[in-house]
Amino acid sequence: MIRLNNFGVLSLVGLLCAGLVACGGNDGPAAPAADTSDGTSVTEAAAPAQPVVVYSSRAEQLIQPIFTAFTEETGIAVEYITDSAQPLIERIKAEADTTPASVLLTVDAGVLWYAAEQGILQPMASDIVSAAVPQQYRDPDGLWTGLSLRARTIVYDTRKVSADELVGYADLADSRWAGKLCLRTSKKVYNQSLVATMIASMGEEKTEEIVRGWVANLAQPEFSNDTKLIEAIEDGRCQVGIVNSYYFGRLQRDNELSAALFWQPAELGGVHVNVSGAGITANAPNVAGATALLEWLAGPAGQELFAGLNLEFPVLGDVPNDPIVAAWGEFAASEQPLIDAGRLQADAVKLMARAGYN
Amino acid sequence: MNPWRLAAPVIALVMAMPLCVVFGSVFVPTGETWTHLATYVLPAVTRNTVWLVLVVAVGTLLVGTLSAWLTAVVEFPGRGFFVWAMMLPLAVPGYVFAFALAGVFGYSGPASDLWRTVTGQPLPQWGGGAASASCLILGLYPYVYLLARQAFLTQGRQSLEVAQSLGLTRLAGFWRVALPLARPWLAAGVALVIMETLADFGTVKVFNFDTFTTAIYAAWFGLFSLPAALQLSAVLLLAVAAAVVLERFWRGASRFSAQNGSAPQRRLQPSVSQRWLAFGFCALVFALAFVIPVGQLLLWALAHAEVEWMPRYWGYARSSLILASAAALLVTSLALLLGFADRHAPARTTRISVIVATLGYALPGTVLAVGFFAVIAGLGHALSAAVEWLSPGAAGVTLTGTLLVMLLAYAARFLAVAYSPITSGFERITPTLDEAARGLGASGWRILRRVHWPLLSGGTATAALLVFVDVMKELPITLITRPFGWDTLATRIFQLTTEGEWERAALPALAVVIAGLAPVLWLQRQDTTG
Repeated sequence: MIRLNNFGVLSLVGLLCAGLVACGGNDGPAAPAADTSDGTSVTEAAAPAQPVVVYSSRAEQLIQPIFTAFTEETGIAVEYITDSAQPLIERIKAEADTTPASVLLTVDAGVLWYAAEQGILQPMASDIVSAAVPQQYRDPDGLWTGLSLRARTIVYDTRKVSADELVGYADLADSRWAGKLCLRTSKKVYNQSLVATMIASMGEEKTEEIVRGWVANLAQPEFSNDTKLIEAIEDGRCQVGIVNSYYFGRLQRDNELSAALFWQPAELGGVHVNVSGAGITANAPNVAGATALLEWLAGPAGQELFAGLNLEFPVLGDVPNDPIVAAWGEFAASEQPLIDAGRLQADAVKLMARAGYN
Repeated sequence: MNPWRLAAPVIALVMAMPLCVVFGSVFVPTGETWTHLATYVLPAVTRNTVWLVLVVAVGTLLVGTLSAWLTAVVEFPGRGFFVWAMMLPLAVPGYVFAFALAGVFGYSGPASDLWRTVTGQPLPQWGGGAASASCLILGLYPYVYLLARQAFLTQGRQSLEVAQSLGLTRLAGFWRVALPLARPWLAAGVALVIMETLADFGTVKVFNFDTFTTAIYAAWFGLFSLPAALQLSAVLLLAVAAAVVLERFWRGASRFSAQNGSAPQRRLQPSVSQRWLAFGFCALVFALAFVIPVGQLLLWALAHAEVEWMPRYWGYARSSLILASAAALLVTSLALLLGFADRHAPARTTRISVIVATLGYALPGTVLAVGFFAVIAGLGHALSAAVEWLSPGAAGVTLTGTLLVMLLAYAARFLAVAYSPITSGFERITPTLDEAARGLGASGWRILRRVHWPLLSGGTATAALLVFVDVMKELPITLITRPFGWDTLATRIFQLTTEGEWERAALPALAVVIAGLAPVLWLQRQDTTG
């Protein structure tokens, strides 16, 4: 269908060559460390020290403002590459002792546990971090620390369900919720770590029974994301479900919702939380800078930014929450060590497959 | 020795690097994980995958061939517009396409609201399988369309005229003459669609439909077993390789040379109602595959532009365009080299090399990206060690994080995309054509320029276009191999969607679509026969 005349071919080749030569001349069109979203160069100018390179699976818009603030305060520049967690871990493994990365920043205790298992992290020598972050949100050997909490909790339709009828996660397997429960896919790590902590506290047999009960109660096939699930509750297609609180917060920011959050009480184990967190890589070229960054992130200024950007909860209890988050009221977070969620994640995935939870 | 014999194996060696990692994994024991997968996961995903591939292959074949036939051979209102409009869905990334259509036709979408207003009933919702299949058909039919159109345009009028003089109707002429003559093009197009479907993760993820690819990612991300994920990939690749060999065998020794490729076309002049039927078909496909999803993106982008727009977008766009152009140039050149090698040294090693070099397209993107990165990093370590041994204290060698490696990784992924249209072009060059040219005293280069190139230029341009838009949309390789600062429009989409901010990602998605339109429109201007 397409016929190029000679001029067309020549101009195409010429254009491409020009493009290649042009880009060979510099190191790239935009260095993220030097650019802030308004296009001004802040980081580089104020950065005499060696930069800290961060590999992050936490999205750019949730980390870039924090790094900018860190650099302004400390003068240490931060460079980062983002990707999914598993490719980043493979990348650090492949780069071995030539890795530019000093920090691995990621989401989910399972991933942090796996990174530690793979031997790509080194223990942090920081009293500041271990004093600030509660023990259950850290690796016992100091290989990683949680930096913000993501609560996975029950969401319900206030028009059809009253809060008194709700008990907790396990109770959603009860037959009185038949045809009323909605769940997100078991392929999402948030559900995997929820089930993993259930295995840790109740054992595998009891957990499988509960998960089978959930599947039997489903009103709809599993959703591909939490937002769709909350919308289904708004539409009246489901009455209860399990979601991460910040997805609910984002919808609440722009809409009047009939759905509300319910927190499992402390007597039943409290609310399931997961972390986003970080560790220093085993071959980190800049351990001092990496430690400074993690200590700053675990401090009050870092905590407020880190959690606030995504309506998450700070790991530091006394940092003020965002007003939307504060309006949900107090809840008791589960005190189970998060390392269990990582250790048992593969078992949880297998259990959900056996139970027919897709 | 014929130097062409070396070309294909050398290219294959580079492209096969991620495959080595994949097949190397079979020696890693993963007993318990395999038992679990084989019992609870594989039966269902294998069924789903076979079903999805069949439905998408048949669907794209129907939609792609029919729209190509109509725009190439039949006169109807708006034909000149649809010639290029039908390829536009190529510019929309699959993961975005699925989400936009889910937004329009989902429970709370505008199509649903309209349906409820008109009928009083909620819009019936399709299951994950049907929804995934329709999205993939609408997004991937342009591969078949582009190649089929190439076939119909170059097969000349004479064969159809002969058919009609033998008393065949127009329809019978299409079925019994035009279609069989287009077989290599259709097969090449559907082969691309099948490989793309097998590697797809974005679409099936949006509709939560479990396929072989989701099982690969589940083994890796959920069960933390990269070896098991690689072993599953190896099974997938073996199946694809077997299919490719079978297709070659089936095609056998048939030759499909042009009779009079450059003869001016005279289009069929159907009745008025048939013309409007043709218009209706093309308009419906174009609306579903482009207008509606892109319209939805536009609405979302406008609603979120204030939060999302920033000057760095110019940098993203520039990176995307540079990478896509450079990759198009490199990958198309490699594909041409492979094509020439296949023609000038048709040995078994060449044929096997071609299959190996084009297999990467069926591999889930992240698996290929990680495999490629691991080999390159290993090579870098080895080189550093060699340098250190030769001159102690010298600086080490880092291959990773360079643009060249990035482009080679794109080549490993997209060589199949460029090779298909080019190899179909080579089908049109008969040995007698070469002999005739030589008889007229033409030398090698002159034959290449005056005889081969006019027959190859169409396929080559199609190849470059496909690679360009594919690289614009590509994510996993870009993410893992980009040097610091080389963020693209696609990686921006990734940043937003990874936190579920789909509507905010509409702006970069729209930018990808617009940037992908540029080469489509440019090539359209070169399309003198359209």
